[in-house]
Amino acid sequence: MTATRAEVCVAACAEAWRGDGEVLAAAMGVCSVLGARLARMTFAPDLLTTDGGALLTAAPIPYGAPPGPVEGWLPFRDHLWLVLNGRRHVMMGASQIDRHGNTNISAIGPWARPRSQLLGSRGAPGNTICCPTSYWIPRHSTRVFVPEVDMASGVGTDRAAALGPRAARFHDLRRVVTDLAVLDLGGPGGTMRLLSVHPGVTVDEVVAATGFPLAIGPGGVPETPEPGEEELRLIRDVLDPGGAREAEVPG
Amino acid sequence: MSGTTSTGKVMTAEDVAATLRDGMTVGIGGWGSRRKPMALVRAVLRAGVRDLTVVSCGGPDVGLLCAAGLVRRVVAPFVTLDSVPLEPHFRAARQSGAVAFTEYDEGMFLFGLLAAAHRLPFLPTRAGLGSDVLRVNPELRTVRSPYGEGEELVAVPALSLDVALVHVDRADPRGNGRYLGPDPYLDDLYAKAAARCYLSCERLVPPGEPAGPPQTLLISRMHIAGVVEAPGGGHFTDCSPDRGRDEAFQRHYARAAAAGGEEWAAFAARFLGGDEAVYQEEVRRWHEERARPVKEGV
Repeated sequence: MTATRAEVCVAACAEAWRGDGEVLAAAMGVCSVLGARLARMTFAPDLLTTDGGALLTAAPIPYGAPPGPVEGWLPFRDHLWLVLNGRRHVMMGASQIDRHGNTNISAIGPWARPRSQLLGSRGAPGNTICCPTSYWIPRHSTRVFVPEVDMASGVGTDRAAALGPRAARFHDLRRVVTDLAVLDLGGPGGTMRLLSVHPGVTVDEVVAATGFPLAIGPGGVPETPEPGEEELRLIRDVLDPGGAREAEVPG
Repeated sequence: MSGTTSTGKVMTAEDVAATLRDGMTVGIGGWGSRRKPMALVRAVLRAGVRDLTVVSCGGPDVGLLCAAGLVRRVVAPFVTLDSVPLEPHFRAARQSGAVAFTEYDEGMFLFGLLAAAHRLPFLPTRAGLGSDVLRVNPELRTVRSPYGEGEELVAVPALSLDVALVHVDRADPRGNGRYLGPDPYLDDLYAKAAARCYLSCERLVPPGEPAGPPQTLLISRMHIAGVVEAPGGGHFTDCSPDRGRDEAFQRHYARAAAAGGEEWAAFAARFLGGDEAVYQEEVRRWHEERARPVKEGV
């Protein structure tokens, strides 16, 4: 079986939660949600996952399915307390992300009178300063990967460093998964580094789709591992029989 | 026995809207496009009160009030229709500079309501540190912990409200409110943070009825100034389990709102031109028209 690009993305998102233990895997976006549930069904069985709403499901459920048996309750207010508590690793989206992992979901253009008003900061400031945070970005392009974000909703490594080690002790940016590649903030001075490119993608394509220089590890850039037979079966037959992933990351 | 008569605090949506004054700070319960007190919001639109500061985990409530030009400032961590990510009227209002915006992180917003609900001037939190939320809200201050190493934290000021509007599934005439869905949102906090809170409900029931788990009794009459029975009063937002979000109608709203101009004027004339009964009837007819098979040309 050959994995589609979307399926490679799901498996790469799942890897974000490897080794996290018994924490909430909070996910936004189809491949991220599927990744959290795939991780729980395979190598990270202690993770907690939701129905996309206030319910912690007893087992990972298919995308868009009713919750089935429930093992816990996490209404929005408790979710916000959990951000401060820290037993949570969130994978968010970003409309802009810069070289230090500052992210913007608030507004494009000058904040006082934006060219394009987006969601607002939502939970991004608290998420990034309080608990492990990763990103899932379904369209890797220079529109998203920008030299400077217009509004820092999510806190990057440079801003965290400026706060000092005490205030930033829970700041922990993990990985950035896109439709082209996997990256992290492990480059010099907490800058973005290219960890792997998805099968069929070249390093040059990723560099061209990124609006700032990328660090590259000494060993070069390997290919993102494809999901194995069992992972593919779980993605296709169990978690996403409706194929929502393919709509998010086409062919 | 004194106090609650059989009609208790029951009033109409128009009565509620008539208590609002220009320049008031109004908190609106629900979350995004979920359990919003839309019948009360529609009554406020008709009352035409101006210069409001609207405090909300924003959805179409914020959009409609902005579109009607009733809002001076929005205080919110986001404005969204959930299944439609961006609220077109709010976007237009921000992009034209028509409304001021106090943009908070969600956790900060929660703490602002908690502070007001407990009559505290502020609550400290880590959320917001290092982000541009502090840059775009220059009035925000930090505090240093008097303990340990003196950690610096954001001091979120109390979000005190003149009036709050909240919608629940069941209420009694005294103002006790029960929610039946999966999430209380922040609705009881709006009630406690407000000088006066008005509650609308899908169905008015006698106190204690129908029986249900006591923890679903989210809203206490001690915080409620008036109760409005408004079946479908959350429409078109999600009011599960009674009524899910009317996704088709929300898409219709979002399309008209994004188009603006004549298309929005037509939407507003049809659905918002009359009272709540007219609204509900026009929504019913709109669905009927859609269900009717389109006749092909001969």
